[in-house]
Parts: sequence; C-alpha cells; structure tokens
Amino acid sequence: MGKKEIIKIENLKRYFKVGDETVKALRGVSFTIHEGEFVTIMGTSGSGKSTLLNTLGCLDTPTSGEYYLDGIAVKGMGKNERARIRNRKIGFIFQNYNLLPKTTALENVELPLLYNSSVSAKERAERAEKCLREVGLGERIYHKSNQMSGGQQQRVAIARALVNNPVIILADEATGNLDTRTSFSILTLFQRLHREGKTIIFVTHNPEIALYSSRNIMLKDGRIVSDEYNHDIKSAEEVYRNLPVDTE
Amino acid sequence: MNIASLSKIAVKALGNNKMRCFLTMLGVIIGVGAVIAMLAIGQGSKNSIKAQISEMGSNMIMIMPGAERRGGVRQSSEDMQTLKPADYDAIVNQATTIANITPSVSSSGQWVNGNNNYPSQAQGVNTQFLDIRQRKVTEGEMFTEDDVKTAAKVCVLGKTLVKNLFPDGTDPLGKVVRFGSIPLTVIGVLDEKGYNTMGQDQDDLALVPYTTVMKRMLAIDYLQGIQASAIDENKTDETIAEITDILRTNHKLRPEQEDNFTIRSMQELAEMISSTSSMMTVLLAAVAGISLLVGGIGIMNIMIVSVTERTREIGLRMSIGATGRDIMTQFLIEAIIISVTGGILGILLGALATWMIKIFANWPVQIDPSSVILSFLVCTVIGIIFGFYPAAKASNLDPIEAIRYE
Ligand SMILES: Nc1ncnc2c1ncn2[C@@H]1O[C@H](COP(=O)(O)OP(=O)(O)OP(=O)(O)O)[C@@H](O)[C@H]1O
Ligand SMILES: [Mg+2]
Repeated sequence: MGKKEIIKIENLKRYFKVGDETVKALRGVSFTIHEGEFVTIMGTSGSGKSTLLNTLGCLDTPTSGEYYLDGIAVKGMGKNERARIRNRKIGFIFQNYNLLPKTTALENVELPLLYNSSVSAKERAERAEKCLREVGLGERIYHKSNQMSGGQQQRVAIARALVNNPVIILADEATGNLDTRTSFSILTLFQRLHREGKTIIFVTHNPEIALYSSRNIMLKDGRIVSDEYNHDIKSAEEVYRNLPVDTE
Repeated sequence: MNIASLSKIAVKALGNNKMRCFLTMLGVIIGVGAVIAMLAIGQGSKNSIKAQISEMGSNMIMIMPGAERRGGVRQSSEDMQTLKPADYDAIVNQATTIANITPSVSSSGQWVNGNNNYPSQAQGVNTQFLDIRQRKVTEGEMFTEDDVKTAAKVCVLGKTLVKNLFPDGTDPLGKVVRFGSIPLTVIGVLDEKGYNTMGQDQDDLALVPYTTVMKRMLAIDYLQGIQASAIDENKTDETIAEITDILRTNHKLRPEQEDNFTIRSMQELAEMISSTSSMMTVLLAAVAGISLLVGGIGIMNIMIVSVTERTREIGLRMSIGATGRDIMTQFLIEAIIISVTGGILGILLGALATWMIKIFANWPVQIDPSSVILSFLVCTVIGIIFGFYPAAKASNLDPIEAIRYE
C-alpha cells in the first residue's frame, strides 16, 4: 500500500508495578496502521487492549518500544507536548462517554477546540455544530448531556472526537454500554467515517464487530495472536435496518 | 488556551455550586469587612486627634519640673520644685523665639456659690494663657497684668462651672463665688468648646491669676509648670533648645548634669498620641486580618474538595488536550474569583459597617482609599496563595487515573 503510515509501533511493552509484582500488560506489540484503515482490536478481558489504546492515544507512556504517530516519534515527549498531540491529532472515544455534566452537547463538542488557541470562538461553534449534525444530533445541540440517552451521549462523544480533525480516531468499547440496535447505529456511523477516509481503531469485546472493520488484531496476554485483513466488509447499516424495532 | 475562555469555564463551575461558593466567600467578606471597618475607625480617631491638637495650638510648648521620667520611677517632691518664678522671668527676658508664655499652677478644690457646689480646679495662669490655648473671654473680661501683680481675688469661669454654680441662669459677672475658703469675683466667662476627642470637658476650667493660686491657695514659691507658644510651629525644636539653654544656665547645671526639668512640645505629644493610635489600629487590623486569613484557608479547603470531586472532569480535559498549565490556571482563576468577589462584597460590607458606626455610635471614622486598595490586593494574593496548592494538585493528576476515578 502506498498510503501514509499513521501509526507505527515497534516492540511496545508496558509493565505496571503493583507492590512487589510486575504486571506485564503489553509484552512486545508491533504493527503499522495506514491512513484509511478501520482496525478492530479484540481480546479477552485483561489482554491489554485498553493499555494499548491509551498508549496509542498518548495518554500513557510505554515502558519500552517505539511509537510513531503521523511520522513523529512520541517517545521522549514531555507532558505538555503529549497534551498538544492529543489535542491536535487524536480523537479519543471512551466507553462511558465522559461528557461534562450539566453542559450542552455543543459545549461538550467544543471542548477540544477550547484548548487550541488558533481556533476562534466563532469557528469553534461552527465546527462543533457541523460535527453534531454529522452524527445526527443537529436538533439537539443545546441539550444538556445528562438529558440524553446513552446512544445520544455516545454520538456527542464521537462528535467531540471528530471536531479537531484528528489523524486517527481511537475508540475504547464505544458500543460496550449500548443495546444492539443502538450499537449498530453507532457502528454504521463509524463505517461512514471509514468510507469518508478516516482512520479508526476500535477496541471491543464483541467478535462480531470484526466483520464490519477492514482489519482485526487479536491480543492475548499482551501479545498479538492474529492480525488479519477483512476483504468482505459487512454493512452495519443493512443489519441496522433489518433489526426489529421492538428490540429497543 | 486563553484566560477569557478559562475564566468562562471557572465562572460556570462556580455557578454549579452557588451555595458553597457563597459560603466560602463569606469568610473573605467578613474578613475584608472587618479590616476595612477597623482601619476606618483607626484613621478616624487619628484624624480627630490631629484636629484636636492643632486646635489646641500645635506651637504649644510645656515645661515641667523634674528630670524626664524614665521607667515610671517617681521623683521626690524636691525634684518637682525645680521651676521657680525666676526661671519664668529669665525665659521672658532672654528667649527670642517665644510668642507667649505663662506660668502654670493649679489647685483642686470645691467651687461654691451659695447652695451650689462644684468640684474642680483653679488654674493659675497669666493673661497670655488665652493666646497660647487659643481661648477667648466671651462675657466680661480677662484679668489684667495688674491683677497678677497684686494677686487679685478674681476669676474667669468656663461654661461648665457657670452652669453648675449658677443653675438658675443668673449673670455670673460681678458675683462673688468661693474656691475653698477664698472668695473670688467673677469677672469673665470663657468661650464654650465642648468635649475634646479624649473625652475631656474643655469648659470645666476656671482661670485665676497664678500669683493668687501660689500665695493665697497653695502657699508655694515654685511653679508646677510653664506653658509657652513658639513663634513658628515648625521651629519648636529650636525654641526648646533655647529654653533648655536658659534654664540650664539659670539652674547652674554643669555640662555632665542632667536637665532637672522636662520640655515637651505639642508636636511631640501629637506624634506620641498618633503613634499610640497607629499601634491600636495595627492591632485591630491584625485581628481582622486573621479572620481574612481564615477566609483564605476556607477557600483552600473548598478548592481541595472541588479538585477531588472533579477529578474525572480534570482527567477528561487533560485527555483531550488540556495541559497541566491550563488546568492550573482554571482552578487558580476559580480561587481568585471567589476571593476577589468576596473582597469586593467585603469592601461594601466594611463601608456599611463604618457608616453604621458613624451613625449609631457617633465615632469619628474615615475610610482611607488606600485601605480599600490594600484589601483588594490582599484578596487577590490570598486567592493565588490558597488556590495554588489545590490548583497544582489538579494539574499534576495523571489523565488516565483521573478519568477512571470514581
Ligand atoms: N494502572 C494499572 N496498574 C496496574 N495494572 C494495570 C493498570 N492498568 C492495567 N493494568 C493491568 O494490565 C492488564 C491489562 O489491562 P487492560 O485494561 O489493558 O485490559 P483490557 O484488555 O482493556 O481489559 P478489558 O477488556 O476488561 O477492558 C490487566 O492485567 C490489568 O490488571
Ligand atoms: Mg479495557
């Protein structure tokens, strides 16, 4: 593939010291993700998925190994530099949404741009509104986050991850707390973003979801056990449309 | 991230907890209010003392017998008899920087007019006393130099004495009253001055020729003091030096001997009184300042709670790109908003309290603009100091741990 390398990790290790013991969450993980890929990362609980995603999201620093994001070596960056990378290049979606309570959808989505002084207040509001419309919440921009359903909150979180035009979107169990129907509507959204050329890493428990991504990486005990491309991507939208409404 | 957006976030966060925010502010409000009111009382009393003294004559000089008292050691009665009429004469003859001068002797006793009694004093002075003290005789006349020479049995009464000795309002002029056993003819009445700041009745005063007091009442040959006024109130130091020279020569003191008299100028006295009152002001303000400090600690306390409560929010902000500095600034601004708003309300409260003290207690008060500016600055500084630790704590959180915090 002649596409740009967005993420490149080499022999990434992450050890946690818990008392006298060392927990080896990642024991040497290497892969390269190119622009436009939709990668699902799977594995049993405790296999190191979240640890890997946090490292990719520059929230955590690896014990050893190399990490290049968009061609830049992240290793050796200071706290502030990593904060800047998170702000400009990464869109992170958390399992439990992590929206600010008592705050409107618009303000929640504006948040990343608030920490980017090159974006004016006017541009901030415009971009946030556009992203909310993209995730289908154009009618609810002034609703407070705690007045929304789980699926709506997750959409706000996705809009927030899109608003800074990140080079990669990282999602940790983005559908974990949602019912099947809502999960598929969110998955449909991710597939659309994928079609539009976004690079996505999607961590999940659910093996079924691998059918809808372009590549699936399996983790076990902090190591990659399989890394396969999916050439026959199923359409989540179709499934969503065929789901009986009463399962809601 | 700019200060304006951070301030907006801070205001919003405070708005989510209005009651708590107000209670925290209350500490600062009361502290600042107390400081303002205390300083206003201090400044007010200082001003009125100053006014009082300049009214009494800021060029006044008092000469007292005996060496300057140190450590409250009492001096023997002999030491208190070092000022003689000859000293007075010497000063009158030799001093060049003195405008007016009078000997001063006084006797305590009962003033009697028929059935009316009043315990007071007979103040023995000469005619220049009026100029030194800036008093006037409004009815009748002051006694004359001749009266002084002959130790005449006359007196000039203050209004308080007139009221007490002539309660039915009869004209006192020409009447004979008694001081102890000595009959004195009332020849004049002094102007009415009321009470001074120290609470003294300035009309409780009766003037008698000093010779009369010395010879007829006390039977002494020494003076209890000499009062004078300098020609130039800015050169009272020179006047004091001049009088010191004259008295030392007159007393035949050798250079190694100490002065056996004490000279004080009103200027010195003014400084002494105002330094005492400054000290009181400082003490009062310090006590008030402590309550301000307690208010600051309250801010710190609530900010620490707030940081702990909002750990997840902090983690989220950090995970989407807020730097430690952004977080720190946000919490510092919150602390400063609490302290500065509290400060402004405190200034208003202090002004209100001051106004009430003035209206209801009738104390002299004055709010100094500098005390307002000072309190304002102190509040800002308190916000920064006491907000710093919680803000630093917030900014040092680890984003992943913070976002997982329950
Ligand atoms: N901060 C930490 N301190 C100590 N050990 C940790 C820490 N974070 C993760 N671990 C350990 O690292 C291993 C991997 O954890 P991780 O959260 O990455 O698993 P996961 O694959 O995301 O699991 P799940 O599917 O349940 O979310 C686990 O054994 C966990 O106990
Ligand atoms: Mg996990």
